[in-house]
Amino acid sequence: MRRRLSGPVDVTQLVVSGIGLVILLFVVYRLVATLMGGTYGVSTYASQAIFGLAQGGIYALIALGYTLVYGILFMINFAHGEIFMGGTYIAYFVIAAFDRSGFLESNPLLAIVATVATAMTASVILALGLERIAYRPLRRAPRLVPLITAIGASLFLQYAFRGLFGTGVKVYPDTHLHVAGIDILGGRYDIGGMVVRPIYFVVFLMAVTLMLALWILVQKTKMGKAMRAVAEDKDTAALMGIDVDRVVVLTFALGAALAGAAGVMFALYNKQVTHTMGFIPGIKAFTAAVLGGIGNVPGAMLGGFFLGLAESTFPTLLGLDSQLKDVIAFGLLVLVLIFRPTGILGEVLSRKRA
Amino acid sequence: MLKRSLRRGALVGGVLVFIALIGAPAAFAREPVVRGVVTLSQLLLAIGALLAGSGAAPATRTRSTGAVVAAGAIAGAVCMLLLALLALLVSAVDLRQVLVNATPQLVDELTLGRGVVTGSTVLVVLGTVLGALGGWSTRLPAAISRSAVLAGAAVVVVGVLRDKGLAIAEAVALGVAVWAVAYGRSRWGSALATRYQRVQRRNSTMVSIVVWIAGLFILLGLPSILGTYGTSVLDLVGLYVLMGLGLNIVVGYAGLLDLGYVAFFTIGAYVTGLLTSPAASTQLGLSFWIAWPLAMVAAAGAGALLGIPVLRMRGDYLAIVTLGFGEIIRILVLSDTFKSVLGGAQGIIEIPGPSIGSFTMMRPQHFYYLILIGVMIVVFVSRRISDSRVGRAWMAIREDEDVAEATGVNLVKYKLLAFAMGASFSGIGGAIFASWVHSVFPNSFTLLVSINILSLVIVGGIGSIPGVVLGAFFLVGLPEVLRSFADFRMITFGALLVAMMIARPEGLWPAKSRRRELHLEVAE
Repeated sequence: MRRRLSGPVDVTQLVVSGIGLVILLFVVYRLVATLMGGTYGVSTYASQAIFGLAQGGIYALIALGYTLVYGILFMINFAHGEIFMGGTYIAYFVIAAFDRSGFLESNPLLAIVATVATAMTASVILALGLERIAYRPLRRAPRLVPLITAIGASLFLQYAFRGLFGTGVKVYPDTHLHVAGIDILGGRYDIGGMVVRPIYFVVFLMAVTLMLALWILVQKTKMGKAMRAVAEDKDTAALMGIDVDRVVVLTFALGAALAGAAGVMFALYNKQVTHTMGFIPGIKAFTAAVLGGIGNVPGAMLGGFFLGLAESTFPTLLGLDSQLKDVIAFGLLVLVLIFRPTGILGEVLSRKRA
Repeated sequence: MLKRSLRRGALVGGVLVFIALIGAPAAFAREPVVRGVVTLSQLLLAIGALLAGSGAAPATRTRSTGAVVAAGAIAGAVCMLLLALLALLVSAVDLRQVLVNATPQLVDELTLGRGVVTGSTVLVVLGTVLGALGGWSTRLPAAISRSAVLAGAAVVVVGVLRDKGLAIAEAVALGVAVWAVAYGRSRWGSALATRYQRVQRRNSTMVSIVVWIAGLFILLGLPSILGTYGTSVLDLVGLYVLMGLGLNIVVGYAGLLDLGYVAFFTIGAYVTGLLTSPAASTQLGLSFWIAWPLAMVAAAGAGALLGIPVLRMRGDYLAIVTLGFGEIIRILVLSDTFKSVLGGAQGIIEIPGPSIGSFTMMRPQHFYYLILIGVMIVVFVSRRISDSRVGRAWMAIREDEDVAEATGVNLVKYKLLAFAMGASFSGIGGAIFASWVHSVFPNSFTLLVSINILSLVIVGGIGSIPGVVLGAFFLVGLPEVLRSFADFRMITFGALLVAMMIARPEGLWPAKSRRRELHLEVAE
């Protein structure tokens, strides 16, 4: 749906393409330089890629929350990162209690399942409260209004957690779970000079499982059908007897449950929990959702994994400072929005929506 | 009706419990409003009970006064009962492992220092009485109750601002005076306004000149009235007004939501630092007067540069991309990659103040006049431009891009102009900021600054110049003066943004066209 903005020769289009070309050439140049230089071995890239897949799984799970809500309400739930944070934070108190009572040691699998369930529940409650109080009254307001509300809600949630639970950093306890002699949660193994943490595989597999479950839910169940109908056309869906409010609530709940689960998985290897922990993953997950095409469920999954991999390997591949990791994510977001606003798998959104 | 009372009481009580658990009572206990009688934290509880009571009263006038008072009393009692239960729970179980503010001090504050059992009883009784009062107040003529609210608010604000609170006599005098003025205004205000309008119409230039001169004198005299600390707060407010007016052009006039606005502030500040500081890597040591126009141009250039790629984006995508841009600038400034030029986390120090001849601006009072001139120029430019052809083009873009383009508005030109102008105001703000604090550090330029500016524009009134000024005083000045409030600043901002969008999206002091537009509901 691109249109020319001014006259037959579009100057801005030319400038934008020029910028894109420069960036592309720079990336290729650095890539070749690093690979030819051969400073890093395969094992470096492999361990970065494994970490990237786990991180990407987390991004993908959060991104699904953005995409589901966007698909139905065409709003960016800016506070979704805080939903992720909230679940992780509340679950911290549960897992810390399990740790103190020794239950985490004696029965780690059950303890972690309970922790994940707590996080999911807490996130769902937060998201439903948010939807009811902040978003529902604004469903028919001009588009910028709910976005500003969401920014406000995000700020409110962050500082509410800070006020209630203090400013200190909470640290998830170390967990160990032995399966076939391998500590799949807390272990670090040296394989041919390369440090491998099985937890990354566990996180990756859990993320994929949850995504499959969501896919089945959306494609095969009656509820999923209702969701797709509402996403297609709210008014017609209502005429067909679908309770739109209920579908919206369910969508928020689904997204939040995935974010809560992602939060515990994230905390299992990242350990630290603070009231600001949701912001950066939230923005990155949004980037992932846009990368894959916002409103598109498989797109969000793909975008998440792509972003995770890009972020973990690009700094080394391009010979950049690892401090610039976040610049890569934001840069990717800007570039994708400029050159392919519909994302990798995105459907063509009309200009009014995008 | 009972159900309504219970619900209202539980709602207000729940909010109060939340406020208690984020630590407000303990912090506000240090703020006496009326010396020796009541502190801000006690007032908070009282206001809650009053609100519960007045909210419980049915909207219709069919019920008898007795029923309304009873409804209010029940709501007030329920509300305070929740707090009493919280006090009991906190004193019985140690929750501090989880809820950091569930301290014995909180119990003390909630039970008015009278022990758990007596205190709780007193609390509930007081709640009942205040709730009944709140319910009864809905039966008073609106002129009386509204003036009473205003008088109460005045006493609270003045009491909090005074270090040790007001004396009882002062409080009573102030309350009665404000009440009388407010009541008089609501009774005879319209007559006075007509009178004033008549005078104004007869010799309009005269009146406006008198008003302007009086205003100017007050503005010029403020630093000597307020002292050094008050003036430095005013300086900060002024800087935020500068930036707010810049963002107002982008968001308010052209309708482009920019969340990375802090980037231009950063650029303005760093350009000034690099050009003027002898300690910077460039070692130029130029004068501030050469640096600020360059800072402005650099910021405007960056604004236009950001504008080019985002020209085709709308609404929320634009918001996220600009947010990303702001973060990229901050991370780049902070990173080791550019450390040799920009100083990394150490920033740039030894930035000199602006000097005229041998006189160098050092004190907040000096900067006040510099900032005042800047604000006045920016207000003038904003006003003139909003009514010009350019301003009308921006508003057309804001209302509907496609229609604007179809009627011959050059989207590329006017969007870039909006970005560049907004950014240049922020660049000036950055330049003054750098020379005011004599240093720039990357950590002064976080996303929160962008959100602060956006909040003040929105709370004040999108697209409205007096709204931005009011918003800056409200959101920047007030928290700075109320020290005990500092911890609750961001959470209040968040709640305010949500509440404003739901209840009053046009802001405290809206622009006329905006009010009309937002009250016409737009269907998706």
